[in-house]
Amino acid sequence: MEASLHTWLETEFTYFKVEELAGELAALARDDQDFILGWIRRIASTHITLAWQFGRRAPALLPRMERRLLEAWAVHTCDVFDRTGLQTALRVMEQVDSFDPAQHKHDAAGALFEDFAPVLGNFVCGLSGRRLRIEEGDKAWTDGERIVLPPLVAEFSDRDDNFQLAKVMVALAWAQTRFGTLRVDHAQIAAGYADPERALSRLNALETLRLSARIARDLPGLHREMQRLARVAEPLTPAWQAFAARLTRDDASIDDSLALLAAAYAEPESPRWTGQLDLRPDAVAAARAARLDKEKARLRVRLAELLEEQAENRASAASQDTHPPAAEVEPRDEGGQLDFDITLDGVPLAPPDDVRQLLTSVYLDFGEIPPEYLTPAGEGEYDPNLVFDRPEDPDAVWHGTYHEKGAELYPEWDHGRQHYRKNWCVMREKTVPPIQDDFYRQTLVKHQGAVKQLRRKFEALRDENRLDRRQTQGDEIDLDALVEALADAKDGREMSDRLFVRLHRAERNIAVAFLVDMSGSTKGWINEAEREALILLCEALELLGDRYAIYGFSGTTRKRCELFRIKTFDEPYDDEVKARISGIRPQEYTRMGFALRHLSKLLNQVDARTRVLVTLSDGRPDDYFDVYRGEYGVEDTRMALLEASRTGIHPFCITLDREARDYLPHMYGAARYVLLDDVRQLPLKVTDIYRRITT
Amino acid sequence: MNARTLDPTERLIEKEPYYEPVGEEIALFEAAYRQRIPVLLKGPTGCGKTRFMEHMAWRLQRPLITVSCHDDLTASDLVGRYLVKGGETVWVDGPLTRAVRCGGICYLDEIVEARKDTMVVIHPLADDRRTLAMEKLGQMLEAPAEFCLAISYNPGYQSVLKDLKQSTRQRFVALEFDYPSAALEQRIVATESGVSDAVADKLVRFAQMTRNLKGSGLEEGASTRLLVHAGKLISDGISPVTACKSAVAQAVTDDADMLKAIQELSSSVF
Repeated sequence: MEASLHTWLETEFTYFKVEELAGELAALARDDQDFILGWIRRIASTHITLAWQFGRRAPALLPRMERRLLEAWAVHTCDVFDRTGLQTALRVMEQVDSFDPAQHKHDAAGALFEDFAPVLGNFVCGLSGRRLRIEEGDKAWTDGERIVLPPLVAEFSDRDDNFQLAKVMVALAWAQTRFGTLRVDHAQIAAGYADPERALSRLNALETLRLSARIARDLPGLHREMQRLARVAEPLTPAWQAFAARLTRDDASIDDSLALLAAAYAEPESPRWTGQLDLRPDAVAAARAARLDKEKARLRVRLAELLEEQAENRASAASQDTHPPAAEVEPRDEGGQLDFDITLDGVPLAPPDDVRQLLTSVYLDFGEIPPEYLTPAGEGEYDPNLVFDRPEDPDAVWHGTYHEKGAELYPEWDHGRQHYRKNWCVMREKTVPPIQDDFYRQTLVKHQGAVKQLRRKFEALRDENRLDRRQTQGDEIDLDALVEALADAKDGREMSDRLFVRLHRAERNIAVAFLVDMSGSTKGWINEAEREALILLCEALELLGDRYAIYGFSGTTRKRCELFRIKTFDEPYDDEVKARISGIRPQEYTRMGFALRHLSKLLNQVDARTRVLVTLSDGRPDDYFDVYRGEYGVEDTRMALLEASRTGIHPFCITLDREARDYLPHMYGAARYVLLDDVRQLPLKVTDIYRRITT
Repeated sequence: MNARTLDPTERLIEKEPYYEPVGEEIALFEAAYRQRIPVLLKGPTGCGKTRFMEHMAWRLQRPLITVSCHDDLTASDLVGRYLVKGGETVWVDGPLTRAVRCGGICYLDEIVEARKDTMVVIHPLADDRRTLAMEKLGQMLEAPAEFCLAISYNPGYQSVLKDLKQSTRQRFVALEFDYPSAALEQRIVATESGVSDAVADKLVRFAQMTRNLKGSGLEEGASTRLLVHAGKLISDGISPVTACKSAVAQAVTDDADMLKAIQELSSSVF
């Protein structure tokens, strides 16, 4: 054990004293030892100091924390390290170390954020209103756009109760946005009192009362759950009972709470309910300020666009009236659902989804749609590029300070940690700059003979319709079989019932994505062979009518993962695509996981019975400036392939690496790859292989 | 206990099938019927298309022959084929031919699911020729005035690639169906399943919540049909939360997180 600790914690350089730790661990049961050692080893692959700190603390924590929670804590620490670095990660470790067991006596039954967030994210989406995001943070609160929840909800000794409590928090946060709590400036209101903190907490309590009553009306089941969880709460004082009487009325609004605030402020005590959220006036105000102008502009631009569409539809019939175009919106808030009737220039219109979302959001901010929001934007009043989120120019991010805006984030499997690094790869799609040259024509000339042969082979593949004779059912009579059967019958033998011909039409229903290695090592011959292979492939695939897409991939470190669009599934194989194939040039390094994950996602959006993902590569996954080397890269790629397989995609790899036998069978499985010794074989072999794997 | 065998070409719907009109679809259908124009019903699954057809068949007092299309449905399956019986070959009409012969209503449900080559057999029937070519018999069948062709498809559910061809869709008068308004849907659920108005109201509210999830992980929200199923279970003594779980949540998704979220929604409403 000591020797392992020396190795994992690299004590030769770090001088960590592992002898004491080993002694402490030796006193534990074998099972506990293995658990802690396993985690030390896994965390050490992320950062040695973190692993060392974990090792020092874990033995004392184990008796009072469930393993599930210790694991969650370890993974959380690694996540924090990934996102913000060593100092904050160490702080997270210390927090666990300093925690008071009395306060955390139910932690073992706690509901973990990562477990409840996906469920409650969908839950809150089902309730009507603005789409709210769920995020992890220190406490439970909302700014009207996101709901922040703590990493662990552990107030009760029952795990399900803790989940229900998290649900109650989400529902209260939703109710705050839905029923107007966040419509006022809390900071300004609180500033009118000698003790703003106290005023704020009283307002929060009044609002929780009011919102609970709303929930009782709209979601009675949820309200019962809230009452059940709060059964030990203190009874309300007479003053608070009086407040409650007013706030539980059907028409009670934030104004009633504000009217009662002075009286509540004077009360010596303020009740606090189970699941009550914190009120964060600064965050609410900041989110609201950022939202208002943006949404006003967006709504006005969209209204102008809708009007224009409408005018086009009526084109010639339109009268030459000069009155300014007008929009009217009638909000309907009935049966718990928000909806809007829009009339544009006197014509009723079903609002498109994005417009409905905008209207909902504006309505929640004001309790109505202010008239100035309904004036369609005039010509050139707003630049739609500024108002709407447009895709960023993938190269522009490198000119200024680095940011991840507009990029897609993908996880990466950390083999050492045995866990994903969340949102690790920063991926952007780029288009290959097309090069209009003679490459396409030259390739066809160069492989003239082969092209003819290919066409023949692929045409045979296309006509898969065949007649199945002597069937028990079918569209037509098999006359030969019938004559035989009648002769048999005359002879006194039993007549066969296989008398029909059936046309067997096997419609090809295949979608295939090609992922082409564009790493620096493909420079020269390999790059040329890859491009030739793609052209021959496209020629063949056009004959078959299979849907296909071609993407290239490359990257430098996790921050710059690039996927190059050469042909999407919807694009036709035209001159532009041919020019892009010609324009494929070697780029940086071979980071494969993100590319496989992204292409799997794209493939899964295509409607096809069979989905194939073919990688064309010249070597093992490798990223020079990063941990993405050796086992790490191979294991992440393997995991990405497993994920793809789990969704029903068939991955396949064509490689030129002579050493590939060392790792490819591990990544793809024995039969899912093929190794070409000679790069010159590539163009012809690729089509041949394609034929094999799709029939 | 004996199952009855019915010949659809001779059977007329006697009892009025319950149907709540949403707009002018009944008048439109009747006008199209009189003018001999085929009808295309568009709309999400379970919103009442099939029930509407039954109602129209009852109104017009014509036999209704429904064919559920699937990707192996061939032209012969619709038109008819030769069979061998006792050493003789015998021609047997397909459902489309039977409907034409008896002047009934032929309803091809989820037409997009059928093979592309199958769809062309309905083309001459769907324009002013109103004939059905029976190539194997060497005959043309001319449809009587009473015959009516109706097809349905679900634009949200069908993929772009399987979309209906322009040459097909441009032969039809299209009626668009959607989920009914909340009040109407509540009435339908209460009438069909026998639950109280209050329960029907909650069921509809729950359905709207699931429809909010469309596009955020759910392909389609709960249909009116599913609500009626849930309502029937509730009328039979099953608790509302359990009924919603079995009849709605499990029917719309298999995803564990989504299932749990939908269950939490239903337990919040009831």
